[in-house]
Formats: sequence, structure tokens, C-alpha cells
Amino acid sequence: MRRAYFKNNWIAALMVAPQLLIIFVFFYWPTSQAIYWAFTLEQPWGGGNEWVGFENFRQLLTDSQYWDSVRVSVIYAIATTALAMGMALILALFADRQLTGYKFYRVGLIWPYAVAAPAVGLSFRFIFNPSAGLFSYINHLFPGLWDPIMNGSHALFMVIVAGAWKQIAYSFIFFLAALQSIPRSLTEACAMDGSGVLRRMWDLQLPLMAPTFFFLLVINITDSFTDSFGIVDTLTVGGPARATNLMVYKIYEDGFRGLDYSGAAAQSIILMLLVIALTFFQFRFVERRIHYS
Amino acid sequence: MADINIRKVAKAYGKTQVVHGIDLDILDREFIVILGPSGCGKSTLLRMIAGLEAISSGEIAIDGKVVNDIEPRARGCAMVFQNYALYPHMTVAQNIGYALKVAGISRAERDQRIATVAATLDISDYLDRKPGQLSGGQRQRVAMGRAMIREPKVFLFDEPLSNLDAKLRVQMRLEIRRLHQRLNATSVFVTHDQVEAMTLADRLVVMNAGHVEQVGSAEELYERPASKYVGGFIGSPHMNFLKGQIADDGCSVVLEAGPTLPINPRIGRAAPGAAVDIGIRPEHARRTGEGANLTVRYDFLEELGNGRLFHGRVGDSDFIVQSADKTPPAFGEEIGLRIDPFHIHLFDGETGVRLQEIASVAPARTRALEPA
Ligand SMILES: Nc1ncnc2c1ncn2[C@@H]1O[C@H](COP(=O)(O)OP(=O)(O)OP(=O)(O)O)[C@@H](O)[C@H]1O
Ligand SMILES: [Mg+2]
Repeated sequence: MRRAYFKNNWIAALMVAPQLLIIFVFFYWPTSQAIYWAFTLEQPWGGGNEWVGFENFRQLLTDSQYWDSVRVSVIYAIATTALAMGMALILALFADRQLTGYKFYRVGLIWPYAVAAPAVGLSFRFIFNPSAGLFSYINHLFPGLWDPIMNGSHALFMVIVAGAWKQIAYSFIFFLAALQSIPRSLTEACAMDGSGVLRRMWDLQLPLMAPTFFFLLVINITDSFTDSFGIVDTLTVGGPARATNLMVYKIYEDGFRGLDYSGAAAQSIILMLLVIALTFFQFRFVERRIHYS
Repeated sequence: MADINIRKVAKAYGKTQVVHGIDLDILDREFIVILGPSGCGKSTLLRMIAGLEAISSGEIAIDGKVVNDIEPRARGCAMVFQNYALYPHMTVAQNIGYALKVAGISRAERDQRIATVAATLDISDYLDRKPGQLSGGQRQRVAMGRAMIREPKVFLFDEPLSNLDAKLRVQMRLEIRRLHQRLNATSVFVTHDQVEAMTLADRLVVMNAGHVEQVGSAEELYERPASKYVGGFIGSPHMNFLKGQIADDGCSVVLEAGPTLPINPRIGRAAPGAAVDIGIRPEHARRTGEGANLTVRYDFLEELGNGRLFHGRVGDSDFIVQSADKTPPAFGEEIGLRIDPFHIHLFDGETGVRLQEIASVAPARTRALEPA
């Protein structure tokens, strides 16, 4: 790789300054605010914040509603990640084999990534509407089979499908790129060695894609913890009975609806730590096993 | 065990024709080398035999069975790739044994066969390493092992030695030849290195721009090149070419550069006045004081160690003389040469096709080509 060296450090500083400014304004400053709130409590009738130490966290961790939210978030994260990556992988394997029409659906598959989460939520609200479209017929035949408005599991399922649908595109692009970067001669050697299409996927393509797989795993899990707000807000508003009250959504609810800034801030800190821990864990223990030579 | 019959095989990518109707019969257990310059379609032909490339028209039969529509794995061929194409995530042992694993052969037998192959190729010490931890030569051996272990009917090699250094290349060349002798398989080896080709081959196939120019043993190709192209391609240093016309007596050639050279009187189709190219190998141009029939204007000397090349010009054409002579002429001096008529190759001035001797002995290759 070529590197540019700067004799004059001021020029270098000037060039990174915009980026640093953005990171500071949109990340470090809000984070420091959140930390401040998380360890303080606003006086009931105004008049400044009072230092309370870990009291906000203690309250959260003894709150069964909070643990419900954690549980739902974990289910959501695992399910969307598995669904999105599984589907993306299958589609990428097809696209890589260049079956007829792949040029069209390759583009078609990338589009959803450009769609904003609330838009995704809205469209799925129509698709999954129990009293309109396809599902109204099904409900007519089997009453009560599909009822995301009353049934918590149905609602969670709906949010998972919508979330996964949005994430497929991203994983698809990476999987396809990984597949196409496998040298053709390797696939050919594998074919000469007698292995058919499926066997080649299993023995050659999947192992060689492991680094990509790992990368996407981290990104998808992180995304599903932090980027699900729009979908929940448009589809279920966290209900019914908090069945889809994901951690991000609960932060928003407690903070902006319940005006409990301190509780919400403490939740953000926990979520942040969780994501950091997950990423760290994955880099430390998973990635190590899948690099070659 | 396996002969390969190639009938009018052609390959086109879209509108570009890459291989033009090739006919070739490869005998059982023969070592065939396909030789030609870069881009002439050697790899394409080999890959069509392997089944990695669809055949646009024509027919390939292995062991009497047409394989056009048969998948690569069912053709009984093993291939060694130029970049080795080892599986980076598998150990050497897994790489070698992969074909057996796919074939569902038991672990015990697999291990035993891997050990045998590894011992043959002298790679037993590296069985637990990944390909990334091997040198080029070791990778080459692993690639060979992977091809050998299946005991295929046909070995296909696509320039497998081109990534090795000169010394290793020579060594691997001999090993490949030795293995071929032992394994009783038919080998098809693609290269653009004529020395490699000549040392390995039972018969060579010289290709040019998607056509087969000539098929024959190294000796035949050297002594009786079927075209100007083959004449120039086979032999190092390469053949000298001079333009000329058949003289009125039909027994000599008047060169554009002036001199007249007597030619082999048995050359038949040489009509007086016809434009020809004559080919003279550098080693067949003898320096002589008297009785010279050609003179070369000397430019410079190339020392080879076991001989030397005198570079010069005849008229407008470059001309090389190989000689053990120790006395270098002065720059620009005229060197006298004596050219034996029997060492002059005559090619048609337009088509480049060799003008054959009439009473020529039936070449060995036509005999070899008849089905056994
Ligand atoms: N997929 C393809 N599409 C179009 N043209 C191709 C394709 N593959 C090869 N060719 C063309 O076919 C011709 C023959 O290619 P091939 O690989 O057989 O050459 P080669 O004789 O093996 O050369 P080299 O010694 O460089 O390997 C080349 O001109 C190449 O550009
Ligand atoms: Mg090639």
C-alpha cells in the first residue's frame, strides 16, 4: 500500500479535523451526555441534577419489564440475523451461479438496503395486516391464525421478518462479492476432484467465505440491536403488551414518552456496553479460528 | 487405458473464434505436449478435454466414448493447474485426499493412499501444513499428488512449471516424465516453452492462432517443420529466414539479397519463379574461407559458454550463425558461409507451407496416427 507522509503535521490535522468534528458532535458529545444522565437524577421540580451513582442501573436491573425487553431483543437479534444471513447466502449462491435473470434480481436484491426502516415498516404493515390482503383470506379460513395486533408472538414474528428483509440486501452484497472473489480455478479443481455443485458449496465456498460470514455476523447482530427502532415504531409501537418492546425502542419510550431521561440514558449505556462486548467477544474468539495460513 | 480422439473441435466465445476445428488423435499412454505462443488456444483446448469449457462444435472422445456432454468428474481426467489451485483452507493431506473423500472412500484407505502418494512425491513431511505455508515447488508437488491419487486415465497439465525457478523447473520436468512412465496414464501437457516441450513429449502439437500447425516427434519437428511458423518456433536459437525466388533451373533459389543458393534437387513442387522463404538453422551455417555461397555482414557476438552466436545481416534480414569459432570478425566485416543444400528448408512465400521433398520417406507420424 502506498502511504502519504506529511512533513507538516498541521496539514494532516486539518485534513482529519472535519471527520473528528463529526465524530465528536454526533458520538462523543451525546455519549458523554448519556453518561452524565445515567449517573444523575433530575430534581422532581427542576433545579439541577443530583448525583446518584449506580442507582439508575440498580433500578433497571431489578425491573422485570427491562429484562423482558432484553429477552425480546436477544430473540429478535438472533432470529433476524439468522434469517437475513441465511436468505442472503442462498440468494448469493444462486446469483453466483448466474442462473437466468440473475442480473435483474441482483439489482432487485440490493434495493431494499436503500429503503428507510420506517418505509419498510409501513409496507410490512400492509402486507401483514390481518384484516386486509392475503392474511385476511387466511384468517377467514382459519380464524385467529394470524393476529399480530393481539398476539405477542405473531407481532414479534412480524417485526423479525421485516427487520430481516431490510438486512438481507447488505449481507447479500458481501456474500456475493466473497463468492466471486473465490478463484475460478479452485472451483474447477474441485469439480475435477469429483464434487458436485452442493458439495462444492459445502466444502469450498462456505469455508472460504468464513471471514465474510464472521464480519456480517458482527454487523447484523449489532444492527439488529441498534437499528430496529423504525420498524418497531411503524409496525407495532412495541406492543402488544410490550411483546416487541426492543431495547432501543424502550429507550425511546422511557426517555421521550415517559420523560425518564436518567433511566433511558442508563439503558443506552447498557446497550452500548452490550454491543461493545459482543463485538469484542466475536473478534477475540470467533475470528481467530477462521483465518488461513 | 485411454486414447483421446479430437474431431473438428472448435471453440468460439461469442463471435470470436478461438479454436478452429482441430483434429488430433492422442494414443494411449502417450505424452503429448501442446506447444504454442500465448493466446493461441492451448489452454482452451485442454480445458475442453477436461470438460471445464463447453465445446462449440466437433467431438472429443476419451477411451472411445464421446464426452462432449459428460461432466468433468465423470471423464476420468485429472488436471494440474498453472497456479496449482490448492484449497487454501485444507491441509496438504486433505488437499491430496479430497477426491477420495468425495468418492466416499474409507478414512483408513484414504490415509494409506495419501501416504503412498506423499512418499512418491517426497512431501511426507508437510502433510499437516496448509498450502500457504509451502514453497512454490512444494505446492507444485501437492498439486501433482492431488491429481495422481485418483489414478486417472488422463493427466492434463496446464503450464504447471511456469511459476518455478529455472533449476526447479528442470528437476520437476524430469520427475513428471518419470511419473508418466510409472503411472500408465495418458498425459497432455500444455506449455509455451519449447525446451520443456521437447524434453517431455513423445509427440508435440504445435498450435498457432487456434490451428494445429504440425504434430510430430521433437526430431521430426526440428528436421522437417511443416511450415515456416513451426520452423521459427522450434529450435533455439531460432531459424533464419531469407526471401527469394526459385531460379529458372528449378534447382536453386535467387535470394532477394543477391546470392543464389543451390537447393535440394528433390524438392518437387518448386515451380521456377515462385516466391519462397528459405530457412537455415544457425547451427547449419558453417563459417568458411573459400567456397562460400552466402555472406553475412557481422554485427555482434553472443557468448553462450558452449558455443557462440554471430549476429549479422544478410540484405535486410537478421541472420545468426552458431559456431565454436574463437576468432570474432571485425564489426561490419563480411563472413563467408557455406550452406549445404540439404539443410535448406523451403517454404511457400505466401502460405508458409513447407515445400516437400518428392521422394521423402513416409514420416513416422502418419504411421502413428493410424488407429491402433
Ligand atoms: N472467457 C473468454 N472469453 C473470451 N475470450 C477468451 C476467453 N477465454 C479465453 N479467451 C481468448 O481465447 C484465446 C485463447 O486463450 P487460451 O487461454 O486458450 O490461450 P493460451 O494458448 O492458453 O495462452 P497462454 O499461454 O497465455 O495461457 C485468447 O485469445 C483469449 O483472449
Ligand atoms: Mg493458457
